[in-house]
Amino acid sequence: MVKFIKNKEEIITAYICVLPWILGLGIFIIGPIIASFIFSFMDYSVVLAPRFVGLDNYKKMLVSDPLFWKSLYNTLYMTVIGVPLNIILSLSVALLLNQRLKGEAFFRTIFYLPSIVPQVAMSLLWMWILNPQVGLINYLLSLIGIEGPMWLASEKWAKPAFIIMGLWGIGGNMVIFLAGLQNVPQHLYDAATVDGANTWQKFRYVTLPMLSPTIFFVLIMGIIGTLQIFTQAYIMTAGGPMDATLFYVYHLFNKAFRDFHMGYASAMAWFLFIIIFIATTINLKLAPRWVYYESE
Amino acid sequence: MGLLRVRIGGGFFMNVKKLISRVIVYFLVIIGSISFILPFLWTVSTAFKPDEQIFLFPPKWIPEPPTLIHFKEVFEFVPFGLLYKNTVVLTLLNIAGTLFSCPLAAYAFAKLKWPGRNVLFLITLATMMLPHQVTMIPQFLIFRRLGWLNTMLPLWLPSFFGNAFNIFLLRQFFLTLPKELDDAARIDGCSFFGIFWRINLPLIIPAITTVTIFTFMGTWNNFIGPLIYVRSYNAMPLSLGLRMFQEAYSAEWGALMAASLMMILPVIIVFFLLQRYFVQGISLTGLKG
Repeated sequence: MVKFIKNKEEIITAYICVLPWILGLGIFIIGPIIASFIFSFMDYSVVLAPRFVGLDNYKKMLVSDPLFWKSLYNTLYMTVIGVPLNIILSLSVALLLNQRLKGEAFFRTIFYLPSIVPQVAMSLLWMWILNPQVGLINYLLSLIGIEGPMWLASEKWAKPAFIIMGLWGIGGNMVIFLAGLQNVPQHLYDAATVDGANTWQKFRYVTLPMLSPTIFFVLIMGIIGTLQIFTQAYIMTAGGPMDATLFYVYHLFNKAFRDFHMGYASAMAWFLFIIIFIATTINLKLAPRWVYYESE
Repeated sequence: MGLLRVRIGGGFFMNVKKLISRVIVYFLVIIGSISFILPFLWTVSTAFKPDEQIFLFPPKWIPEPPTLIHFKEVFEFVPFGLLYKNTVVLTLLNIAGTLFSCPLAAYAFAKLKWPGRNVLFLITLATMMLPHQVTMIPQFLIFRRLGWLNTMLPLWLPSFFGNAFNIFLLRQFFLTLPKELDDAARIDGCSFFGIFWRINLPLIIPAITTVTIFTFMGTWNNFIGPLIYVRSYNAMPLSLGLRMFQEAYSAEWGALMAASLMMILPVIIVFFLLQRYFVQGISLTGLKG
């Protein structure tokens, strides 16, 4: 009897504690998930009542919307080129800073700071930096005798410009890698030294395997984040020139909040979920080939 | 210690080799640091430069004389003070909401036994994998139906109902606290809520700080939310305000850089005050994820 009362108090406390989240989960997440799924089979322009259209939205998306494919291509371009570059650079900086340098904290702060600059401010900064006539980048290029491209105004250079800007924000990943590096046990390096390993071999056969779970995590988060790129393009290029920076979520945003095709945009959102799901699954399947977990 | 090992290991040549590699490392780090700091210097330089020096090529790094005119312009072109106030209010409300809803839920998931706990936790985890775009449209329609467009409500109210990521993060922290503490408090007649408030919560202050920082950064940064919900200055935060400013005065680079600096500054100040928790928070998301 006493035990029963005790449990009752525990259960009641628990439900009170978790009540806001149960409501939030229902109202702002589960409800909208169901609604969005239903909308994706409807034609819904907000002002008119929704009309059921079966698979039309998905068909239109895949067959007769060239901008859908264009935006998907642009987004995959950013992911396939931008994410690996980001990982290589952030890992390289972490490796450099992990050498017990004098002033390590100072350098770490400098590399980290850009990553906390709010995206809107970062976009404005880089519009100015990438200014073809008087911007910083083309000025620096001119110092070494290169005439810089038009960057954001060029169909060919707009996406690379976004990738370069993204590299300025590697600080978060760098900190993650630094934490990972500090977890590599020193005795492994000592053992490698005894075996006569050089610096490269130590990196290749000790650091890289020990760090592979961290790389895996950063890779997955990087892919998911890049697939949702939006703000920079909205502010810096408005998707141009010639739709060269019309990214997937930007197209989705236009469909939903410019054209008010809520059904079509919902279908796009679910397709994005499928892309993210497939990308993550492929990565999880490939992981055993290169990710090393100590406990195994 | 390092030096000692070098002496024993290889004598003079080893020392030279080590020295050269040190020099290369410092060289790379310094070059890297300069390229990471240049965009900031460029921005500061532009913000303090009189208009006629902004478009000089090759550029002049040090403004002659430095001017504050662009900072004044920002307040003349847009109601910058109002935008600033809105952002601060929004940030405080979001922090309050998050701290109200998330630690309680996390405590219930980590420390209490109740029917449905595991199922609800699995659902919570599962929703973390869903991209925000899936729920964005129905959420918009809900707030539209409620007549809350063009108010700040959609931008802060949901925080009072919790957030899957924060709940997950805090739960992991509650789990690390020893159960014996709770049991001892129970024997002394402490209620479960009392255990949460007096024993568990004070022990996870570092995690609470981390979540607060995430919330601050998230709110300060949020652009697509205000873009969808807000149109008038009365409810507009800095992020969207800066965008409106840029749309209307796209050639006023001095004022644009001044406004950007004023948006960045609080973030940098908070970073320097709470540096430890920033770094800890990021590495946590990296290691526990």
